[in-house]
Amino acid sequence: MNRPALSYLRPLVPALYIAFMLLPIYWLLNMSFKTTNEILGDFTLWPRAFTLENYVTIFTDPTWYMGYVNALIYVSLNTVISVTVALPAAYAFSRYRFLGDKHLFFWLLTNRMAPAAVFALPFFQLYSAVGLFDTHLAVALAHTLFNIPLAVWILEGFMSGVPRQLDETAYVDGYSFPRFFGRIFLPTIAAGIGVACFFCFMFSWVELLLAKTLTAVAAKPIAATMTRTASTSGYELGLLAAAGTLTIVPGAFVIYFVRNYIAKGFALGRV
Amino acid sequence: MTKTVNQKAWLFVLPVLILVAFNAFIPLMTVVNYSVQETFGDNTFFWAGLMWFEDVLHSPRFHDALLRQLTFTFTILAIEIPLGVAIALTMPRRGVWVPVCLVTMALPLLIPWNVVGAIWNIFALPDIGLLGQVLNGLGFDYNFTRQPGAAWFTLIAMDVWHWTSLVVLLAYAGLVSIPDAFYQAAKIDGASGWAIFRYIQLPKMKRVLTIAVLLRFMDSFNIYTEPFVLTGGGPGNSTTLLSIDLVKVALGQFDLGPAAAMSLIYFLIVLLLSWVFYTLMMRNEDS
Amino acid sequence: MATITLSALRHSYEPDPSRDEDWALKRLDVAWQDGGAYALLGPSGCGKTTLLNIISGLVRPTEGRVLFDGRDVTDRPPDQRHIAQVFQFPVIYDTMTVRQNLAFPLRNRGVDAATIRDRVEEIAAMLELTDRLDRRAKGLTADGKQKISLGRGLVRDDVNVIMFDEPLTVIDPHLKWQLRSKLKELHQRVGRTMIYVTHDQTEALTFADQVVVMNMGQVVQVGTPVDLFERPRHTFVGHFIGSPGMNVLPCEGLDGRHALVGGHAVAVANPDPGAPARHMEVGVRPEFVAFAEPGEAGGLPVAVTRVRDAGRYRIADTRLNGTVPITVLVDEDTPIPAEDARLVFHPDHTRLYADGWMVGAQPGGAA
Repeated sequence: MNRPALSYLRPLVPALYIAFMLLPIYWLLNMSFKTTNEILGDFTLWPRAFTLENYVTIFTDPTWYMGYVNALIYVSLNTVISVTVALPAAYAFSRYRFLGDKHLFFWLLTNRMAPAAVFALPFFQLYSAVGLFDTHLAVALAHTLFNIPLAVWILEGFMSGVPRQLDETAYVDGYSFPRFFGRIFLPTIAAGIGVACFFCFMFSWVELLLAKTLTAVAAKPIAATMTRTASTSGYELGLLAAAGTLTIVPGAFVIYFVRNYIAKGFALGRV
Repeated sequence: MTKTVNQKAWLFVLPVLILVAFNAFIPLMTVVNYSVQETFGDNTFFWAGLMWFEDVLHSPRFHDALLRQLTFTFTILAIEIPLGVAIALTMPRRGVWVPVCLVTMALPLLIPWNVVGAIWNIFALPDIGLLGQVLNGLGFDYNFTRQPGAAWFTLIAMDVWHWTSLVVLLAYAGLVSIPDAFYQAAKIDGASGWAIFRYIQLPKMKRVLTIAVLLRFMDSFNIYTEPFVLTGGGPGNSTTLLSIDLVKVALGQFDLGPAAAMSLIYFLIVLLLSWVFYTLMMRNEDS
Repeated sequence: MATITLSALRHSYEPDPSRDEDWALKRLDVAWQDGGAYALLGPSGCGKTTLLNIISGLVRPTEGRVLFDGRDVTDRPPDQRHIAQVFQFPVIYDTMTVRQNLAFPLRNRGVDAATIRDRVEEIAAMLELTDRLDRRAKGLTADGKQKISLGRGLVRDDVNVIMFDEPLTVIDPHLKWQLRSKLKELHQRVGRTMIYVTHDQTEALTFADQVVVMNMGQVVQVGTPVDLFERPRHTFVGHFIGSPGMNVLPCEGLDGRHALVGGHAVAVANPDPGAPARHMEVGVRPEFVAFAEPGEAGGLPVAVTRVRDAGRYRIADTRLNGTVPITVLVDEDTPIPAEDARLVFHPDHTRLYADGWMVGAQPGGAA
């Protein structure tokens, strides 16, 4: 029996992987507390001249902190729009058969496969034409391209797990459809809605190509501000690292709140 | 479950249809429109037929980009899927470490893609990066901004870092849904660790793994921001994947016709390969 | 083949058990004879499954030893104990055919192909699975899948004991009795020790030669179905087995061979001279209670509150002194007196219980 020896080694695999995962993040964090001189001068494993200067710059300069605000606005807007329109559609796919339902579902999914690069230029033209260029709504709408299919997919999975008897009983009890949907059905699939929101938030937060293409000043996301800094104001690496570190924070918050649903959501939601 | 036929269900789908049509159909038509026209930059367009498509399909540049794209996609799939499964298998099933593992592992998934590129850039740079310093300190000659091999190594390490967690989460979700009785029965039947994996865990994970492969396949084919920030497609064209090449043609050179034709061919390739993957895996499941 | 002895067994799922409730299993001593058909009967949460998992080696007991033929196997894993188990929900290997499923335990043990083929065909015939041998196991119905689970135990010739953990839970009601009689028949054919866990007394009493009744982490009685019926060692057994259950009547004291129930003397089979301070009760099954003949003297005066027809007999609910309920089983043709109803108890089947335990019997159980 070499089972005891093996069972000691088992946790080593995830532990090593997590270490590998945290190293680059540590390096980013480390750099964000250094001065530009220290970064370019000596190679140090931790900041010798610890400074919060980079963070102070970000929190006091509106071109920096408005980037976060802009990103948070369009991400929230996108999450609300995507999940709201996906809910009735997912209900239709999970409960009814109608002309062309299968084709429609597959067609929706193909939109997830569309490379964002393909759409960058036409999107720029389209949103300029309708006068939405450089607005939060433009980015929020553009991101529905890949988030709506995903939300429909996740919600359909959760809804199919709810027995149809629930609907029938409610109608027998005299509920109208909107009242049933709002009072009974939505609370039943609350976990699914949470998981769908999480993924919409995530994919909208991390996308940059479309967000950058569709904004100039007013709605420019933080990620785009960063690329500008990198190219125009030379190598302000400490500032860049601090800005990067701060983009991890909202994600970390969101994961923390949905930590118990992540595994479940994947399993139930047939993602 | 038999579903009731109800054509009014279209009303439920309508908002989704309008939004997606606005976002997908109009731009796609724009692309199709460009792909069959020739312009000289003064807003006058001429019918060009399938000229651009022929050009793109015969262009060695496109072939090279496609080949690099396929190499990249299959390499990361070959690493991320087995690695993700291995990590999911060794992760604790219950206890305080479960949420800790899940939360830390989900972290890279929520970092904006250009920040992922930036993180790896400063992590791997030979002068100021930890990885660059360590590798050079160990005697490797490593500089990903100059050596195509090092650039590929860094690119793949970055994608593994970025996306293996997704495979882990999916595989883990599949694993925790297996009732304890299956493991107990296997123990009683004298099954080896390998047999437990082969006959219990792998079959139960099949569905989520199909999804993992599909998602990773589609997304890696669409990858743009991370490699663009990390290497900018270089050195030379050595890490210029399809998307990067496309943006170079469309925005860099403003060759709208060829760029549009390339977009469509590219989109069709993703669609076709995804469809082949999907049907192959589903057929496997049914038989 | 082996005799299984559980000696001074205790188990707790708490890391540091101190209070009585922390113990999922309170001190147990049970011996299971080789080749017996046992049922482990008790309500949900009484510790049946824990006990089963301790025997199979899936759970290591906190205290005590598990002996197979006198050999200590407490620290052995399941695969070294030569046991087989059928779980509540069918466990089959989805990707394999029925044949591969049945062959799996033998292949893992390195048995040669020819022997495997013969054994699998033999067992498949026994389980009536021959026509489905080369089908995907996944496609079978629940009862078919349970047969496969059982078959994986039967193909092995080294099996000491086959254990069933509520195996009929997911089986359609009309197939339950079929599978149950199949099990009984198989036990007689293969002569292996079988332990059948259930909370259903019908399943337990029809399957087993010996029934082990558990309650709140304790074995309250081990005995044949007749023992459990006629000589329940604990008021719990009296309640749990039989329908309607045993009458348990508070009794105030003793007068020679008689107990005082509601102020009336009742003859008991086991008078207890000592310790009157304990909580005393008299137990008698409705089958052993009768209405006194009109001329007969004595008996407990009761009021009949309700009579239910249960087919071949009737069940009469009565009350003593207006408060203590007593149930009586009456033949179809015996009249139920309209007034002056008095009850007489069969003295050989009327027993005294102290703190729940039958006076004269020890707590715990030995088969």
